[in-house]
Amino acid sequence: MIHASLPELRRALDARQISSVELATLFLDRIDALDPQLNAFITVDRDGALAAARAADARIAAGRAGALTGIPLAHKDVFCTEGVLTTCGSKMLSNFVSPYDAHIVGLLKAAGAVGLGKTNMDEFAMGSSNESSFYGAVKNPWNPERVPGGSSGGSAAAVAARLAPIATGTDTGGSVRQPAAFCGITGIKPTYGVVSRYGMIAYASSLDQGGAFGASAEDCALLLSAMAGFDPRDSTSLDRPAEDYAAALAAPAAARPLEGLRIGLPREFFAEGMAEGVRTAVDAAIEQYRALGATTVEVSLPNARLAIPAYYVIAPAECSSNLSRFDGVRYGHRAAEYGDLADMYGKTRAEGFGAEVKRRILVGTYVLSHGYYDAYYLQAQRLRRLIAQDFQAALQHCDLIAGPTTPTTAWALGQMADDPVQMYLSDIFTLAVNLAGLPGLSQPCGFGSDGLPVGLQLIGDYFGEARLLNAAHRFQQATDWHARRPAIAA
Amino acid sequence: MSRTDWEVVIGLEVHAQLNTASKIFSGASTAFGAEPNVQASAVDIALPGVLPVLNRGAVERAIRFGLAIGAYVAEKSVFARKNYFYPDLPKGYQISQMDLPVVQGGVITIRVGEGEQAYEKTVRLTRAHLEEDAGKSLHEDFHGMTGIDLNRAGTPLLEIVSEPDMRSSAEAVAYARSLHALVRWIDICDGNMQEGSFRCDANVSVRRKGATEFGTRREIKNLNSFRFLQQAIDYEVQWQIDTIEDGGRVQQATVLFDPDSGETRMMRSKEDAHDYRYFPDPDLLPLLISPDWKARVQAEMPELPGAMKARFMDEWGLSAYDATTLTASKEVADFYQATVTAAGPALAKPCANWVMGDLAARLNKAELDIGASPVSAAQLAGLVMRIADNTLSNAIGKKVFEALWNGEGLSADEIIDRQGLKQVTDSGAIEAMIDEVLAANQKSVDEFRAGKEKAFNALVGQVMKASKGKASPAQVNELLKKKLGA
Repeated sequence: MIHASLPELRRALDARQISSVELATLFLDRIDALDPQLNAFITVDRDGALAAARAADARIAAGRAGALTGIPLAHKDVFCTEGVLTTCGSKMLSNFVSPYDAHIVGLLKAAGAVGLGKTNMDEFAMGSSNESSFYGAVKNPWNPERVPGGSSGGSAAAVAARLAPIATGTDTGGSVRQPAAFCGITGIKPTYGVVSRYGMIAYASSLDQGGAFGASAEDCALLLSAMAGFDPRDSTSLDRPAEDYAAALAAPAAARPLEGLRIGLPREFFAEGMAEGVRTAVDAAIEQYRALGATTVEVSLPNARLAIPAYYVIAPAECSSNLSRFDGVRYGHRAAEYGDLADMYGKTRAEGFGAEVKRRILVGTYVLSHGYYDAYYLQAQRLRRLIAQDFQAALQHCDLIAGPTTPTTAWALGQMADDPVQMYLSDIFTLAVNLAGLPGLSQPCGFGSDGLPVGLQLIGDYFGEARLLNAAHRFQQATDWHARRPAIAA
Repeated sequence: MSRTDWEVVIGLEVHAQLNTASKIFSGASTAFGAEPNVQASAVDIALPGVLPVLNRGAVERAIRFGLAIGAYVAEKSVFARKNYFYPDLPKGYQISQMDLPVVQGGVITIRVGEGEQAYEKTVRLTRAHLEEDAGKSLHEDFHGMTGIDLNRAGTPLLEIVSEPDMRSSAEAVAYARSLHALVRWIDICDGNMQEGSFRCDANVSVRRKGATEFGTRREIKNLNSFRFLQQAIDYEVQWQIDTIEDGGRVQQATVLFDPDSGETRMMRSKEDAHDYRYFPDPDLLPLLISPDWKARVQAEMPELPGAMKARFMDEWGLSAYDATTLTASKEVADFYQATVTAAGPALAKPCANWVMGDLAARLNKAELDIGASPVSAAQLAGLVMRIADNTLSNAIGKKVFEALWNGEGLSADEIIDRQGLKQVTDSGAIEAMIDEVLAANQKSVDEFRAGKEKAFNALVGQVMKASKGKASPAQVNELLKKKLGA
């Protein structure tokens, strides 16, 4: 049952082969048994989960079950959950029990999904390795010496280790796609504005977007369908009709199901810097796509290399302002002893934030300062427009863009601890997608020479989620990379 | 050097609290005076994860203001974050507008001074932008601690910035009063200065007459009455002149006015000024205002003071002074118009005299607003009509007014009837009274004949007294002259 897909779980629940309470208990027990090895969860909400599962069973019995009724899931601890600790991976919020649910948490509750708990993450979603969490690093289920990726490392590790069938995440610069790649699962970040940010603790507001993790594109499609939709409480939420991404996958299997699909391969993504094992796996996956009927065309994203500097100006700028509310006045951590007001702020924030968060707040404060704003912030916004234009130009020649999700497989824990810039550079293929606001997906496509998973990234045009999910689903129907499991989930 | 060698330069920044029912970015109530923090929603206290949603009612009020002052109402304006730490600023930033404000330009015409010295002046506005208010820090009542009340956090404000066009504290006060009247006239702000709904900051500098460059300015913060505005500017101007004449230099600074001492004192110097790190708020899309929206707001706009003033002059023949006075506030204008409507346009001028004269004086004495006047517009119109048709003399009219004020009758007619105040216009009756008075006051008659004009007035007074004031003064004059062969 732990390897079952969501449609299989749905059938089992509806056929009463298993109850939602039994299913939740199965996963809760797995968390209890295995999570000490992984540290994927910050909070396990057994009581809440069982209560939700009982309600789900009643609903199933009443014949009112939806696609996710009774299905267990885990939430990244960036999402506010009413009555449940919501830490964002930070000491600053280590005592914060949210009085309200994030929009997507409310949607998933209403759908009858069963929240198992809150997953570990890089502090305030700042990081690519999940090592900046106040709650300690998460281990990669494929190799406990390796990082799971970040910032949604806990969610990705939990799904890969089958501690939860699906999980939510957020992606500001690759934080869903990169850990999905490192952990060998599928993860999708939709178009900016598709998933409401209400109740999602902000890192960089113009880039943050909720996303979905699953073992397959189909599972991701089911989860994303339940998360997406207009929310009047988020002014950047897009008011457009809801989409059923899973229904779009229902076309019958065919020999060449992707006939006519044009896949763009950005010259810049295939140039340098890709580890050999990654290149081999990605090339093989592209060949597989050709076998499925797709054609490939070389495209160019000439400004993509500027994504890193642009991102590391814009995201810190926004975060320096977004994190100002954590001042010890109304909630969260406050220094035990302090003199005057400035001292209270200083000590509270010095104690409450970790090194990476402080680094980004300092960078952001600097780039917004009088005399530097034009040279940094406005210049970065210009680069952002250029990068978005590059994608639009490339998408004139193709339906979606494919390439590696990351230049390498998961690195060793602690390997980049002293070199934040080296870690920033690892996000070269994912950042540009956030800057452009486009949807992106990562799916497993093989293994590197180190035996760790490799991710293939698919990038679509605005609102191209259904197309991305379909392209991944057809690939997964023809291959079994997505079905490979680490030993911990054997 | 004396004061007259200097020119004063003043610009005002006014924070007008917009009278929306809910806050600018949340659904919490804006009502004044609730228990601390009961009107602070998740958004207002800046819980993790919450987001702002713009209140269109606040935007609508900003549009109304922009149209009322003939400004450019921007099709696209942008909300920006003004970052600074303070315990009553929950997000650590204030959502405001910086580079692209919603209202740009515009003018307000002010009338300064009284009587012969009065003059009109046009003050240019730089901009008006939407922003949210902060909460309040309560330093009293908490021994060694500070209390935070976030009820006011997120209350919508329109910050209205003038050009440095004012040249005296009197002009600054006249501008502030005009602006105050306007925001109430177009019903975007209740204007309650006690509760902080209308607060002024004054940027003041001085320069030698004839100089082309502005002097260094100091900003006086948070003046919440017109009297304080005047006092603070007067003190500040003298301080700046004294400082320069004593060989010192004025340094750019923010100062506070202490009403008890009547002095301004430094709050922070330019060196201590915050770097607010403004940048566009990524949680809010640019504010787009369509021509349709503007047209709808324009269609609902009440007649503005300037247009009403012109109409009073053109249609009703009022002087510029009268028309300006009667359009100084919406309440006065409404009362006056209701009076004229009841009395008829032919009596517009005597109606104006009554509203600006006896009624205003009586209200002033009783410390009442015209909206709370015990004498209604219809009652006043009834009185004006009885004077116009000679039923009452002016003097008896004043008595009737007092009786109306005291609630002695429902209308002038009722009081006239009940108290027998109808003016005597019968020549025979008046002549009889004159004869009696002349017979009894031979001394005055002799004095008049000897050339003492005053004696004539004494005789008129005696006749009026004999008639208990009811005789028509004009007729008394005329008939008395005849009798005396003058």
